[in-house]
Amino acid sequence: MPPHLKHALPIAFWVAGLALVFILLYAPILSAVLFSFSADRFPSLSMSGFSTQWYAQVLTDRAMLEALWNSLTVAGFTALIATALGFAAAYADYRFRFFGQKAVLALALLPPTVPLVILGLAMLAFFSRIGIAGTLAAVVAAHVVIAAPFAMAVCRLRLAQLDRTLETAAQNLGAPPHSALGRIVLPHTVPAILAAFLITFAVSFDEYVISWFTGGLNQTIPVAVLTTLQGQVDPTIHVIGTLSFTVTLTLVLIALAVVLRQSGGAMSKEETS
Amino acid sequence: MNSPALPARTSGRRLPFLFRRTWPALWILPMPVWLLLFFAVPLGLLVAISFWSVVNYRLTPDATLAAWRHVLGLDFLWASFWRSYGLSMASAVVISLLAFPASYAMAFVAAPRQRLILLGLAIAPFFTSYLVRIYSWQVFLTEGGVISSIVQAFGGKGDSLLNTYFALFLGHATLALPVVLILQTIALANVDRTGISAAANLGARPRAILFRVILPAARPGLTLGLLFAFLLSYAEFVSASYLGGGAFQTLPILVTDLVRAGQQWPRAAVVSLLMIASLLVTAFVTVLWAYREKG
Repeated sequence: MPPHLKHALPIAFWVAGLALVFILLYAPILSAVLFSFSADRFPSLSMSGFSTQWYAQVLTDRAMLEALWNSLTVAGFTALIATALGFAAAYADYRFRFFGQKAVLALALLPPTVPLVILGLAMLAFFSRIGIAGTLAAVVAAHVVIAAPFAMAVCRLRLAQLDRTLETAAQNLGAPPHSALGRIVLPHTVPAILAAFLITFAVSFDEYVISWFTGGLNQTIPVAVLTTLQGQVDPTIHVIGTLSFTVTLTLVLIALAVVLRQSGGAMSKEETS
Repeated sequence: MNSPALPARTSGRRLPFLFRRTWPALWILPMPVWLLLFFAVPLGLLVAISFWSVVNYRLTPDATLAAWRHVLGLDFLWASFWRSYGLSMASAVVISLLAFPASYAMAFVAAPRQRLILLGLAIAPFFTSYLVRIYSWQVFLTEGGVISSIVQAFGGKGDSLLNTYFALFLGHATLALPVVLILQTIALANVDRTGISAAANLGARPRAILFRVILPAARPGLTLGLLFAFLLSYAEFVSASYLGGGAFQTLPILVTDLVRAGQQWPRAAVVSLLMIASLLVTAFVTVLWAYREKG
């Protein structure tokens, strides 16, 4: 922050707001972790004791392990394709002037605005017609549609910070387009690409509506949870939540460390100027 | 290895004509092609299906307005529509207001390095199963659950909070807060620092800096945050059914019921198209406002 910025309200107000939001975000997660170790079937504050029985139950559940594998496969492929598409679209918009540019941009920003229920419905209808409904490939194709716009937005925001004349200058000096891209644009955008990969992975890993509509018998983890949720009280939901939180938090922390190292210099420059 | 005296030998090289022509297309085309195939075509099919009919429980191509007439004549459809729209808009406004102090703290109070860590922690919940977090809120809100136990310990009644607007709002906030926090914080952090410094040097009061420099400059990002909170809340149907109980029959629930219970694909398509139309109008108006020229 600029040292001379005086805040309109005391710093305590803003920090309290921050604390409140973090409580809202983390209370349900921490409670899931806590109750996953509960010995009781019904979660309540008066826990009778700790137990790992629900973990044993989940980790020996063949259907659950298969769902986990499905989720990882779908999210991995989705993140790869969506990040590639998103970066390409962001770079195209940043670098080139072409016919229909605005239309392409508008089309790319539409999918997140369409409710997943509707997309799920439309895609189930479409995939049944072309005969791939119920396959994991169908789920990936659908997930890329909802994830790629996020990747594009993240990359485009980062590219906006790059001086456009740098690349043109490089090309005027004779650098071929791919070398200007590889030496100037890509190094600058790497943190954004990584962030895009993680975001698209997350979007896919947690998506349950489209997977539920189009995945058929290939359940992913969220679909398995959804089916459990519709039944009775089930403590294994807390276990699944705890496990997926552990995995994803580790991923985010690794990504964060990379981003911190990558953008540490740039960030401090931007702040001191 | 390192030869700084190496002449710029690429300068004279001519690239093949074909490469120069296809290079931009390589970057421009993939996204629109994928979206046309897996987004525009399925939605187009949905439009077509709204004119089809159901014969003996089988969806049959047709050109009839029957589904449109039926759905648009339903009183409870319009009730659901306005309920869905109003509740989601209310949630979006409250979520944006709730997120703003936190985003401000991340953008202006926290040091850059802290900001990245905080943003990471704000994004992290987005990665955990949304459904599990909804299930957790159920544990908090139910009768004899965490919140009611605490209230009772202080001598309150401690009724169940499920099936209230508060429960529904918590569900919406659980979904949308991370996205809103990111959009707001990026918007605020990208506000030109020299503008802020200039205003301060010219003697502007802190309140004036906030309302006349920071907020106008961050308006597009803040508005996008509001829009996304609305979109996410409007489309969400898990918290409406699991936290809001039967009290909030929203459009997404209506759509799934129509398909799952009665194979009423054409009617479900009509309700879907109504939802999309209302979303597009809302998004269009909001974005126009966000990027409107100052003055």
